[in-house]
Amino acid sequence: MLSQRRLERRPQARPLFDRAIALRAIGDSFKKLDPRWMMRNPVMFIVEVGALVTTLFFARDVLARTPQLGFDFAISAWLWFTVIFANFAEAVAEGRGKAQADTLRRTKSDTLAKRVVGDTVETIASSLLRKGDIVRVEAGEVIPGDGEVSRGAAMVDESAITGESAPVVREAGGDRSAVTGGTRVLSDTIEVRITANPGETFLDRMIGLVEGAQRQKTPNEIALSILLSGLTIVFLIAVATLLPYSIYAGARQTLPVLIALLVCLIPTTIGGLLSAIGIAGMDRVMQRNVLAMSGRAVEAAGDVDTLLLDKTGTITLGNRHATEIITADGVSARDAASCAHLSSVADETPEGRSIVLLAAQAGISTDHPAEATFVPFSAYTRMSGVDLPDGTMIRKGAPDAVIAWVRVAGGEPHADLAAHVERIARAGGTPLLLARNAAVLGVIHLKDILKPNMRERFDRLRAMGIRTVMITGDNPLTAAAIATEAGVDDFLAEATPETKMALIKREQQSGRLVAMTGDGTNDAPALAQADVGVAMNSGTQAAKEAANMVDLDSDPTKLIEIVEIGKQLLMTRGALTTFSIANDVAKYFAILPAMFAAAYPAMGVLNVMHLATPQSAILSAVIFNALVIIALVPLALRGVKYAPKGADAVLRENVLIYGLGGILVPFVGIKLIDMLLSALHLT
Amino acid sequence: MTIIGWLQAIAFFAVVLALTKPLGLYMMRVFGGERTLLSPVLVPVERAIYRLSGVREDEEMSWFVYALCVLAFSLISLVYLYVLLRTQQRLPFNPQHFGNFAPDLAWNTAVSFTTNTNWQFYSGESTMSYLSQMAGPAWHNFVSAAAGIAIAMAVIRGVVRTSAKTLGNFWVDLTRCCLYVLLPISVVVGLFFVWQGVPQNFNAYREVTTVTGVTQTITGGPMASQEVIKELGTNGGGFVNANSASPNENPNPLTDFIELILIFSLGAGLTYTYGRMAGDTRQGWAIFAAMSLLFFAGFAAAYAAEAAGNPLVHRLGVLGANLEGKEVRFGAAASALFATVTTDTSCGAVNAMHDSFTALGGLVPLVNMQLGEIVFGGVGSGLYGMIVFVVLTVFIAGLMVGRTPELLGKKIERREVQFAILAILVTPILVLVPTAIASVTPAGLATLNNAGPHGFSEILYAFSSTNANNGSAFAGLGPNLFYNVATGINMLFGRFAVIVPVLALAGALAGKRAVAQNVGTFTTNSGIFVALLLGTILIVGALTFLPADALGPIVEHLLVLQGKTF
Amino acid sequence: MLKELGTSVRFTIVSVVLLGLLYPLAMTGLAHLLFPRQADGSFVTRDGRVVGSAIVGQLWTSPRYFHGRPSAAGKNGYDPTSTGGTNLGPSSKKLIDATRAAIADLKRQNPDATLPIPMDLVTSSASGIDPDISPEAAYYQAPRVAKARGLALAAVNALIARSVRGRTFGILGEPRVNVLKLNLALDALRS
Repeated sequence: MLSQRRLERRPQARPLFDRAIALRAIGDSFKKLDPRWMMRNPVMFIVEVGALVTTLFFARDVLARTPQLGFDFAISAWLWFTVIFANFAEAVAEGRGKAQADTLRRTKSDTLAKRVVGDTVETIASSLLRKGDIVRVEAGEVIPGDGEVSRGAAMVDESAITGESAPVVREAGGDRSAVTGGTRVLSDTIEVRITANPGETFLDRMIGLVEGAQRQKTPNEIALSILLSGLTIVFLIAVATLLPYSIYAGARQTLPVLIALLVCLIPTTIGGLLSAIGIAGMDRVMQRNVLAMSGRAVEAAGDVDTLLLDKTGTITLGNRHATEIITADGVSARDAASCAHLSSVADETPEGRSIVLLAAQAGISTDHPAEATFVPFSAYTRMSGVDLPDGTMIRKGAPDAVIAWVRVAGGEPHADLAAHVERIARAGGTPLLLARNAAVLGVIHLKDILKPNMRERFDRLRAMGIRTVMITGDNPLTAAAIATEAGVDDFLAEATPETKMALIKREQQSGRLVAMTGDGTNDAPALAQADVGVAMNSGTQAAKEAANMVDLDSDPTKLIEIVEIGKQLLMTRGALTTFSIANDVAKYFAILPAMFAAAYPAMGVLNVMHLATPQSAILSAVIFNALVIIALVPLALRGVKYAPKGADAVLRENVLIYGLGGILVPFVGIKLIDMLLSALHLT
Repeated sequence: MTIIGWLQAIAFFAVVLALTKPLGLYMMRVFGGERTLLSPVLVPVERAIYRLSGVREDEEMSWFVYALCVLAFSLISLVYLYVLLRTQQRLPFNPQHFGNFAPDLAWNTAVSFTTNTNWQFYSGESTMSYLSQMAGPAWHNFVSAAAGIAIAMAVIRGVVRTSAKTLGNFWVDLTRCCLYVLLPISVVVGLFFVWQGVPQNFNAYREVTTVTGVTQTITGGPMASQEVIKELGTNGGGFVNANSASPNENPNPLTDFIELILIFSLGAGLTYTYGRMAGDTRQGWAIFAAMSLLFFAGFAAAYAAEAAGNPLVHRLGVLGANLEGKEVRFGAAASALFATVTTDTSCGAVNAMHDSFTALGGLVPLVNMQLGEIVFGGVGSGLYGMIVFVVLTVFIAGLMVGRTPELLGKKIERREVQFAILAILVTPILVLVPTAIASVTPAGLATLNNAGPHGFSEILYAFSSTNANNGSAFAGLGPNLFYNVATGINMLFGRFAVIVPVLALAGALAGKRAVAQNVGTFTTNSGIFVALLLGTILIVGALTFLPADALGPIVEHLLVLQGKTF
Repeated sequence: MLKELGTSVRFTIVSVVLLGLLYPLAMTGLAHLLFPRQADGSFVTRDGRVVGSAIVGQLWTSPRYFHGRPSAAGKNGYDPTSTGGTNLGPSSKKLIDATRAAIADLKRQNPDATLPIPMDLVTSSASGIDPDISPEAAYYQAPRVAKARGLALAAVNALIARSVRGRTFGILGEPRVNVLKLNLALDALRS
């Protein structure tokens, strides 16, 4: 059962740079200078070592009053800035999560729990609760830990976790039994069986996740780190060997100059922003109120080939509406409408209400007979209706069930009704037969209402190469009609947990990555099997455990956004890596001629940017290298511009912007900095 | 530059292009164990070789066992050549009574041929007996080339197989390559070479009195049979010191043309084999296209530089192309073409002296080797070197489309990147570090033939060439203990430190499932992929060497323009 | 590893016999059957006496003969047992000095030359035994040879024109003149 809440919750519009977050991040960027922390990032660690060495040279210059004192100072200062800028990027990304964690932590303040032991209730600190304990929670109290309602039902305010203010019903048994520690019971008293030990609760995990405390490098991030480390080693060798080469050439280079070249060549841009990109990707998922259990899951979302979408709630609005009543031969429309009305006045389901509405439009407004007994829908009978005091029995329900019921009473339905049933099903509607005693009166056409703009979204997915499969319990005819109307690529009709699982395995067998949403306990195996499983927060504990993401809004269409975020995350990494590597071309042209200007003035022709002096050339390259990190922090946090297109189109665009741009931008940037330095007489 | 000069290159390329598909198909059949035209004759020979060597034809090998076989065979063949060179004095087919090689030179030469480098610190015509030539270098030319192609086949299998544990059988690949590919071509083209004037005899050197009464010693030997496999296997070790510049090895422009085709043909054919085995010939043609563009860029640069000539000589009043160290029958165009082709591949044969090329003309072969000789490349090694770049390109660029990068449906993840990077690291380390050591130590500077930047270029060229298993040289650099040992070590690591991670990469890829491809997948057969591949090769491959190259050929060029000599 | 080493030894023996011995021996047999003259080294005889190889350049110093290019092979040049070039780079002082000297020598030997100095006559070949010179180099020397032999310049030039080998198929290589053949033809011209 899906949550009935359909409130679209917009991503929290937190500004990119919150003042408080930025201030804290500045402090953190200095704390992160600790070499033990820096070593996690080999590229930036090299920069830090370089900064340290140039600082020592500067110290020596001060003592010996050497002429390159100013130059060494400038180089070492900008190298430190480079490291700090990279740390700042990471700190800002983390800071956004931390701010959210702090909010969560406030709800976690130690509460008291009423533990039920036999017949008595004892009050203990919630931190002492263990798995399996039963606690009693009364109206106005905070639920002390994660668990399942074992007795009773209550309205629960889960806004602390979901940000959603409308209370939800939590009751024993079924798919709405899970409760989360830190949420508040608004009415009634329930007993809850605790399912998580302290420190392992949902809230704890959530805090850990948003804070990045449990953050581990994702597989792709590790692979990229290896590549970056490899490139760093390559450039380390290229620069280190330049010392003997320069000796051969009779133009021995100083260590600070070589370090400056090294830092410019190694991929500091992507190296400095890599972890920020990952954290920000998680954060973007979080801002859409989805809790990803790992960065790996977000990354996998970018790779998804097949999306399994539940029809109800995702593709269609959950409620079906009655749109017409087709009468059997010899039955007046008014009679049929009146019976339909009678059978539904006590039916509180959306479908029932829509029938009442339809009958009212036809001018029927019979009062509910006092003595009537409402017969609710059950999965067993697949009918509902009303028994009137005069012995009249009215039923509406699944055609085969109603026909069987009529036959038991000795009646036989008209053959032409079968054609109507068929037609409605084929059109994607749900036919309900309406019967009174032994006579079938007609067919009620219940129509699925598609959510707006779904076709457009599926087209977007298709452009990205993602296949959509609609999952529904409907019969194949109905399913096919809705599938066509909604524009999905395929459908699975009369779905059961088993067929759903088989579908996932089949897709995976042919090399596709599958994403799905689910909420029920019987969805759990499929959620675990899928490469990306998103559980609805309204779902059962089992479903949430099996999934690798939980949508706090319980909105199944979010899956599409998650896929987009995953793709954007990988694209951002690729784009900045390309940009970073492409930058090297210009830096070579800035630094190499500068290094050998004295020994080989002929090399001046390579100084294509016409940089003022060798010193300003080197310094400009270093400054550009540092500033570009800061300049790209917003991009790293926001992600590159994303549009759903085929791979070739996306690639062409990104290669143009980040590849070609990566080659050209530094030429302009370094030249501008050089002009500024010269204008200010800084070199 | 002249139109005719360009026509030579275009004609050459057209023939290579025409041969690519038939040779690629033929190799696919040969390595797939299918019947070919030559099967009736060669199958019994093949069976006999397996029986005598104790090889089980149907045994499949994991990447590890495959690599172990490569290493074991290389070790044995290295020891074998060392012993042969150290004992040649007392062995038959030695009409000139050449003495034994000194230990360090024997080591250098044994490593050189084992690794398909064919770097020569010796002069064949004055130090090596006919037996040593044919049972040593010439035999190595077959098997080291076949080993390279075998490894390339293993790597192709790794890329195209899914959920597989094995990459084929090294001995079977090695045998089939020698028997079905190298030997038949060698027999036919070898005889063609004899017809064109390449000697093939076991005669002692003959003293003649020339028309004007000067005494001249005319050399001999089984040259044609060695010449053909030297080019076909991209080995490059000349029978004589002047290599393919010698009119004995390469008597006329036609033999030169055929030699060039031999050098490129198998490497080109393998790109087609790759595409076919991958089930999408466009994959192979994409790689072919990237290689072709690099080839033409290299030729254009080298030809332009050589045709323009040496400004310092022009100042003396003699105009024209640079002909120092070139043969009249080849001129600037065919010499520039040969220099480009021989270093695009790991061949290293030369029909002109690279040391005497203009600075920029000499930069082309240098850069070609520093890129890892991936333009058709050493037979086999070119393709597997290129596949490493393909993996890196797919990884960097593939991310930009928003999916975990994949090559033919195989996800490129941690292990693949790790092995690719290991293979990539070899070149900068082995070129730049020894060059650094040599450029500041007395032993390294002792045998330079040139001073100033050109002297530095000689060192850089030596280590670029030996690391890349090329074997061509700025031949002014002379041998001494330091270079014999250092280049020997360099050749060994240059070959095997790449082969092992590449085979590991192939093993990792073979074990992967292939994921489905759709419009969201980064395709590796499109024009934009070719452009990205070139970008990756140039930025990752070439930028590393820019400082070194700048201090060698580039600055030399600038100084020559200013009229400076050393 | 032992297994692999064992196979390696056995494969080495088998393949050395096949590819290192049988193949070159068979090729030598076939070569002598089909192309005996070329297989032995393209020797050129005059009056029954071997005077050199058609494909190997030789040293010419007499003004009566056309000269080949400067050679770095051996002490005196044109030594087939010591092939190779100067290996001097473009910025080499030695190279420039040697080229300057070669130009001076050439001018001294050919006082009547009117054509521009051909590049190939002042640069060393790659092999040191380059058998050819460019047609321009031959024409450059023609006045000297004609004078030394008392021949008309036109006759010498006509001989050169007859001796020029063009590009193969019109595109491969460069036009050239085989010095040995030209000189033999020159000697034949007189008699």
